[in-house]
Amino acid sequence: MMEIRTPKTHKAKRVLEKRAPKLVENGKKTLILHGTKTSATVSSVLMELYRLKKGGAIKYSRRNENIRPFESGGETSLEFFSLKTDCSIFVYGSHTKKRPDNLVLGRMYDHHVYDLIEVGIENFKSLLSFSYDKKIAPHEGSKPFICFTGEGFDNVPELKQLKEVLTDLFRGEVVENLNLTGLDRAYICTAISPTKVFLTHCAIKLKKSGTIVPRIELVEVGPSMDLVIRRNRLPNEGLRKEAMRSSKDKPKKKVKNVDQNDVLGKLGRVYIPEQEVGKIPLADKSKGVKRERREGKLKKNKEEGSASKKLKESE
Amino acid sequence: MDMETDQIYQVDVGNLLAFNSNHRFPAAPSSREELVKECVTEGTKLVQAIADTLFNFPSTETSDGPLVQLPPPTTKLPREKHLPRPKPPTKWEEFALKKGIQKRKKDKIVYDETTDKFKRRHGYDRVNDDNDIPIIEAKASDEPGEDPFAKRLDDKKKRVGKQEKNRLQNLKTAAKAGALPSHVQLAATALPISGTKAQPQKIGKEALGDVAGLAATSTASGGKFDKKLPGEKPPKKQGKHHKYLPVVPRHGGVDEEKEQTNKVLGKLLSKHSHEILNVGKAINMYNDKKEKKKSGRSDKLKAKKDITKKKPYANKADK
Repeated sequence: MMEIRTPKTHKAKRVLEKRAPKLVENGKKTLILHGTKTSATVSSVLMELYRLKKGGAIKYSRRNENIRPFESGGETSLEFFSLKTDCSIFVYGSHTKKRPDNLVLGRMYDHHVYDLIEVGIENFKSLLSFSYDKKIAPHEGSKPFICFTGEGFDNVPELKQLKEVLTDLFRGEVVENLNLTGLDRAYICTAISPTKVFLTHCAIKLKKSGTIVPRIELVEVGPSMDLVIRRNRLPNEGLRKEAMRSSKDKPKKKVKNVDQNDVLGKLGRVYIPEQEVGKIPLADKSKGVKRERREGKLKKNKEEGSASKKLKESE
Repeated sequence: MDMETDQIYQVDVGNLLAFNSNHRFPAAPSSREELVKECVTEGTKLVQAIADTLFNFPSTETSDGPLVQLPPPTTKLPREKHLPRPKPPTKWEEFALKKGIQKRKKDKIVYDETTDKFKRRHGYDRVNDDNDIPIIEAKASDEPGEDPFAKRLDDKKKRVGKQEKNRLQNLKTAAKAGALPSHVQLAATALPISGTKAQPQKIGKEALGDVAGLAATSTASGGKFDKKLPGEKPPKKQGKHHKYLPVVPRHGGVDEEKEQTNKVLGKLLSKHSHEILNVGKAINMYNDKKEKKKSGRSDKLKAKKDITKKKPYANKADK
């Protein structure tokens, strides 16, 4: 027996529509959680990542013992969380003797694991340890610049995947209009060896130069760490093809009824549609709106005002 | 730095992304700080390259600052959810397509001929309201005892039920194709065994009888004085079943009580009495009882008695 369930409130309906698959998608949200054991480094990395991605990230504070991303059965919890929080990227931190200071970055497609990459953290410097002029501190939720340096990102397949994952992680929402004054942060990733990437977060200082384009100066503000590639799992070919598929780009909307005239300038055409008597909305007959009632009220107020005046005068 | 050997960066302005694939560290950097410094300088160059293109875009001035229109991003990244699937046509839509029926927009206001006014189609004081009909004329095909008003309501209920069933079917086909509308959820109210249709549970005769008995006796006087329905059987005797033997033996008959006691004694004192008694069971029962008594006196769990406190009648022997 099946039953149709529809949301009873408008808010619930809007939430469901927001989470539905769309042509143009919302920005991916990140789920940050940690495993059975975490070291101080890993917990601070997770905390700072959460702060950097404040608007689009959810951080779980409890430890999750049954999540093992690289094992076949250990992903069910992750997929459940992803479904409940509508997050498509996750960052899972743990610390074991075999894999100290471990971070697993993963992505989901349709709330199932799409790909994973495991990195180890070395030489971590927290954002509290950097001292800088607080005025240039980047604002929360600003769109960052992302820079990759090094031939490793082209040649080594693991680094290629890491580049894609980091772009996805730091990108945020895809916007059409950008405010140039709001550009204040940059993520710099350098491949220092075929297995190591140096990642740092900098604030941008715009200095005056002769041209419209200001001179850029970067100041390290945020956490900086070395990422050592450990394990990874690439998506299988069929899934990758499906995920990369995008519908044809929407054709640019033609602006209709606008004309350019040399003499008169920009001309527009206004159409008055046929008046359909059957579709005219009925008058608002609610009690408080009627003219007699409104006018009656006005009169009453006036009378009261003059009555009180009279009283005052007579006193 | 020569301008000719300027490295070409791969810039994706839509994502504010830049990639320099030609950088190589000259030698193992001597210290950590040097490495960091070099990375930051390389990064600065990349950001400068992006900013060069960015600030040259036509910008519109707003209260917050100059606004530029970003081009769409060029790096392809995987989607987070599948593309929305096309909805399969509903039964009515297929039929309409086949017959060539066009959709026609209905007016909100309709002319009512009975009252010569314009009334709304739905809602308060509507056209063709079912409740407003004062008289329904009898037709030759009507049966004499039938209530036409009730019949109209009944027909409407049936129509609404049929429509709901059709709607459910349409949603099921859409769900099968993976194109269920986002705000609708189909929930199973009862889970059948996979592969079979859930058969409605058939209650047996005995169970029905038990339930009927329960219902019958749940009156104030225990169901004794209720009129019995035709075919209803008297209730089965409830409670403990005692058989009391008569104290005084029947006239010239057997003393049943004496017989009973003699029987038991005979069994106990006979040659084969040991076969009657289940020695193993008896031993087990005795042992269990003993152990229970022992474990009841668990010293660790019980609070220790304070010996220094004197109680009256302390000399009395314990059980």
